[in-house]
Amino acid sequence: MIEENPLPIVELRDVDKRYGDGPLILDKITFSAKRGDFITLIGPSGCGKSTILKLISGLNPISSGRIVVDGLEPRNAVEKLAFVFQEPTLLPWRTVAQNVEVPLRLHGSDPKLRDEVVGKSLALVGLADRKDYYPRQLSGGQKMRVSIARALSVSPRILLLDEPFGALDEMTRDHLNEELLAIRQQLAWTAFFVTHSVSEAVFLSNRIIVLSANPGRVHSEVRVEFPYPRTEETRESAGFQKMVAEVSKILRSVERLH
Amino acid sequence: MATAKTDSGFQALARRLMPFVTGIGMILVWYGICMSLSADQRFLLPTPHEVARAFVEKGPALWSAALNTGGGALIGFGLAVGLSFLFALFLSLSPLVRASFYPYLMILQMTPIIVIAPILILWVGPGLKSVVIITFLICFFPMVVNTTQGLISTDRNLVAFFTMCKATRWQEILLLRVPAALPYFFTGLRIAATLAPIGAIVGDYIAGNSAGGQGGLGFLTIIYSSQFQMGALFATAAVGCLLGFVFVAGVIALSWLALHKWHDSFSQSDT
Repeated sequence: MIEENPLPIVELRDVDKRYGDGPLILDKITFSAKRGDFITLIGPSGCGKSTILKLISGLNPISSGRIVVDGLEPRNAVEKLAFVFQEPTLLPWRTVAQNVEVPLRLHGSDPKLRDEVVGKSLALVGLADRKDYYPRQLSGGQKMRVSIARALSVSPRILLLDEPFGALDEMTRDHLNEELLAIRQQLAWTAFFVTHSVSEAVFLSNRIIVLSANPGRVHSEVRVEFPYPRTEETRESAGFQKMVAEVSKILRSVERLH
Repeated sequence: MATAKTDSGFQALARRLMPFVTGIGMILVWYGICMSLSADQRFLLPTPHEVARAFVEKGPALWSAALNTGGGALIGFGLAVGLSFLFALFLSLSPLVRASFYPYLMILQMTPIIVIAPILILWVGPGLKSVVIITFLICFFPMVVNTTQGLISTDRNLVAFFTMCKATRWQEILLLRVPAALPYFFTGLRIAATLAPIGAIVGDYIAGNSAGGQGGLGFLTIIYSSQFQMGALFATAAVGCLLGFVFVAGVIALSWLALHKWHDSFSQSDT
């Protein structure tokens, strides 16, 4: 599914970040992502995981260092990215279908194409029959699905997800994790995912980057070798449980650092 | 309604009847007070049926005055809505713009209308123009303040999302900030709707033009009070009150049309 391309699609080198004259938030962050990587950033609160996503997206500027996104500066690469926020961040006055088409509308794309893409995106997240609903008529999990469908509508090459399932119950979260991976089997994007949940991190990613806090630094990287597609059975396997325990241990040791 | 399900039939009926029962009770108390007044004080408080009679006798005068006042109130209110919206858009551009203009907006609001009125009479003459301007001045402030607050309270993540979609400034305003501000806009509109008829009546009272049937409810108030027609004064007050209800009902209908599908203030019990 994923073609081998030796060039990294996203590269961070010695990235520092501070807001104004404030303290250093991120200290010399260096890592890179190959095409098709699913990288999860995990670490204690205040380690700047969400900030890293904002820097890659170009929403916030870096203080020093270098970020290259598909050969470009982040600010010039926004068309290749889509951001999924912690909250669904939908427009409450627009229906599900109208929400999904917002990015395309803002780009001024052809209405016929728009309808087609909206239909496809909603089918991917299993909400084709809810297209005329308003957000307040949906459950938390459904709203998040709409938010993901909206992100997919621009056919991004890189998907940035900032704790998208943090507010959902565990059952819904597990289910959406499986759906997210199933969609990834069809559309090959590179993902950067932020979470507090170790089991979510292990289930989704092929690489977990553990960060330490104050200031945020890359502590270590864990490779997760379970083959895709991963399913419910993966989560129940002994190897998976062992991996979760291992990463939890690293995370605890990082939290003890300060 | 969730409450209707838990209520027994009797309670539901009582809930509907109670306003009428209190109304009748108050009319009885009113009669009681009238009876207790001595003969030389009787004229101070007309009985309910005297007010009703005044309604019939002064019907044509009250109707034409209500139309004049209502028209003035509607024009002033409409101007305030339109111009306050544009001004709020301007104020929402930056904190610097707001800092530059808010003090003067406050000064305008703090200046007593009763002092402005004679100036207006000298500038534009008594009559509809003055009434409209006074109504406008009264309605403008709450509209501007509420709409501006709405325009600058847009969810930050939604703004970030629009930025990432490379939305232009105008797209951000029209597709995001304006719709997000609608609930605030309608709050301002509701406040202004209660003020508009009062503004028009006050305007008519101090800057109206009585010539050729142009007088409104304010003008009638002057006439009836100078003639000690207490019943007619009460009837005039009732008409003014009714006019206020018409304005508020209109605004509630508009806000229902704009918001009921998506906003939580009109949430359905089954969702």
